[in-house]
Amino acid sequence: MSEQVQQTQTQDSRLGGIAWALALVPLILLGIIAALIVTTEGGLSELSGPPIEQVSIQRIILPEPGRIVVEVVNDGPQDVTIPQVLVDEAYWQFTAEPSTTIPRFGRATFTIPYPWVAEEAHEVVLVTELGGTFAGEIAVAVESPAPSTDLFARFGLVGFYVGIIPVLLGMLWYPFMRRLGTQGMNFVLSLTIGLLVFLAVGTWLDAQEFAAELPQFWQGVPMVIFIALITLGVLIAVSSVRQGQESTPLGISYRIALGIGLHNLGEGLAIGAAFALGEAALGTFLILGFTLHNITEGVGIAAPIVRKNPGLQHFGLLLLLAGGPAVLGTWIGGFAFSPILATIFLAIGVGAILQVVWEVGKLIARDSTRIGLPIINWVNLSGVTVGIAIMYFTAFLVKF
Amino acid sequence: MSNQFEKYFSRRKFLGFGLGSVTSIIGAALLGRSASAQDETQSNGHQMQSMSGHDGTMMMMGEVDHQRNGFDPLQILTDWDYGEVSQLDSGQTLREYTIDAGDIEIEIAPGIFFPAWTYNGRVPGPTIRCTEGDRIRIRFRNFGSHPHTIHFHGVHPFEMDGVPGAGDGEIGPGEETIYEFDAEPFGCHLYHCHALPLKRHIHKGLYGAFIVDPLEGRTPAREFVMVMNAFDTNFDGGNEIYAVNTVGFEYMRRHIPAKVGERIRVYLINITEFDPINSFHLHAEFFDYYDHGTTLEPTSRTIDTVMQAQAQRGILEFSYRWPGPYMFHAHVTEFTELGWMGHFNVVNEEDFADALASVGLDAEWDQRATQGSTVPWREEASES
Repeated sequence: MSEQVQQTQTQDSRLGGIAWALALVPLILLGIIAALIVTTEGGLSELSGPPIEQVSIQRIILPEPGRIVVEVVNDGPQDVTIPQVLVDEAYWQFTAEPSTTIPRFGRATFTIPYPWVAEEAHEVVLVTELGGTFAGEIAVAVESPAPSTDLFARFGLVGFYVGIIPVLLGMLWYPFMRRLGTQGMNFVLSLTIGLLVFLAVGTWLDAQEFAAELPQFWQGVPMVIFIALITLGVLIAVSSVRQGQESTPLGISYRIALGIGLHNLGEGLAIGAAFALGEAALGTFLILGFTLHNITEGVGIAAPIVRKNPGLQHFGLLLLLAGGPAVLGTWIGGFAFSPILATIFLAIGVGAILQVVWEVGKLIARDSTRIGLPIINWVNLSGVTVGIAIMYFTAFLVKF
Repeated sequence: MSNQFEKYFSRRKFLGFGLGSVTSIIGAALLGRSASAQDETQSNGHQMQSMSGHDGTMMMMGEVDHQRNGFDPLQILTDWDYGEVSQLDSGQTLREYTIDAGDIEIEIAPGIFFPAWTYNGRVPGPTIRCTEGDRIRIRFRNFGSHPHTIHFHGVHPFEMDGVPGAGDGEIGPGEETIYEFDAEPFGCHLYHCHALPLKRHIHKGLYGAFIVDPLEGRTPAREFVMVMNAFDTNFDGGNEIYAVNTVGFEYMRRHIPAKVGERIRVYLINITEFDPINSFHLHAEFFDYYDHGTTLEPTSRTIDTVMQAQAQRGILEFSYRWPGPYMFHAHVTEFTELGWMGHFNVVNEEDFADALASVGLDAEWDQRATQGSTVPWREEASES
């Protein structure tokens, strides 16, 4: 047995210079073959078909009346040239930065002086060298918000109502929760699970929505899956560092706050982006809807720490961690929206939320076992159901 | 988040929420760029004028390389093809043509290339011009990749109809045939490929003008042939580029020279595919219109728009009283803004040479425009 171990170790130690050189052999050969194919076509010339043109319109900005700015990414297999641009089925003069020819993975910004009409719809079509067309829609023309102190404050206020206020209000149930018995607390914890499961699903769907708009080469859908899984794995690994020791309730609260924070970031992004795209008519009613919808989030964060009050400072931090990102998201979404960042943050959010579902689940399992009940009992089941139901029905206020 | 918020909330309310007063920083930064776009427009081409408001310019970017295309829309206006002329024993005039079908890529708008099917390497094909009663003999050779035909709008025996199942039917790649018939009735006609599928064979570019002069001739005039056509560049059953004589906005970039007071005659043909109608609207003047050109008296007098269904055609006659760059375009404004728009550059006699030179034309072009008829003008008739 020990001999074997030693043998392995000697094998390990043989990974010296020659071994590494051997590892490079396939790579060197690959390089040679690639060079051969590129220079001589490697007998593949017959296979070359007609050119494939593919671009993706990332964003259309209306910086001021009389001007449309279109951001384009080439996500096809080769260079694309866009000699002409149509706005509402009419050819318009434009400038292209840096060029009308966009290399693969490259970007270009097309600026078109065009008298767009406020609150009406427009369509921009890029016409390629081969006559291919790529359309981008301006659903409702609204001047794109440019950073200003005034707007910054207003967006911040929206984020405040959507993120901070509901989490704070939810946390104020803490004193009430402290007076609950084990069964009552299990109900609240189960309710938290229901809430988190709902958020996980919602965050997942939002992530997919953004992922679908990414240029092809990002492979949006698998990216969301893998980022969520890796996040889940990393968080489980982090919380299992202290072997045998259970996660502290406060630690769970922080991770719940993180997951919810990422979800709220996504909500903020979507609200801000909707503002920027002129798609959202965000009335007071809608903001109120979000406040209501998110109020259980505070309950979820406070639930694990019912037995031991961590002090006001921690409550403050938890509040910032969970609610603050809504403010941040509204700013980013409104002023500098990036679908790729949105997708990544939301995917992380999915992983983080799933991890706390797992942890809160363990808490409930422990408590239920302690009082001699099966893990899935009527109290827990109804808690989960009520949690999902609250989220589902309050979502009526914000889904149109 | 849903993009349907607007359905439930008034957009005005949304604006009232606080975006109305936003000052644009990005916009200010972009003003510099717009100026450069305008400069480019002005330095681009000889006489480029465009629909330019203070908010931007409705126009394509750049220019088309006509040399690479192998044909020039300004030349197509006047390059009548009389064929090889001889006399039959009966005394009838024989006009012999060779028309070759072939596949070439043509630039139909600056930077946009279309895989066209062509007659004699150009779109529209050669403008066949003859006198009524002439014998027309066309040797048609197919160098293309698909079977083609030539179907003439005119009077001829069934075998000469140029449709599948008539005479030699569809002429396969590498094959050839002869179409022969007497030119009648006089008028402004057209020919096109009638191979199947018909839509594709037409919109790929296989068509041309067929002008039959009446025996008695028409009043002298500056004559132009204008074939209203369009191209579906992404093959979705709708056109991306509209034009007369193929190149979108070409007569916006280079205006067609004409003189104050002279009679202008336009042989107008609509071969636009997919759209039910096309139209011609003349600015600042009215014209007389001869539907199909088969009458010597106008079928409509004093109109300034005329509508044509596909393959409908006619002759327009008008003259300008004052000099100026007069616009003409389809009054289907969608087509206008997609390329079907141009200008006549109407000038006084003394400025005409400059007008020609400014768009790269010469006296030969002028002569073709004014002496295009196959019927020798009879002095005695003009005096009467």
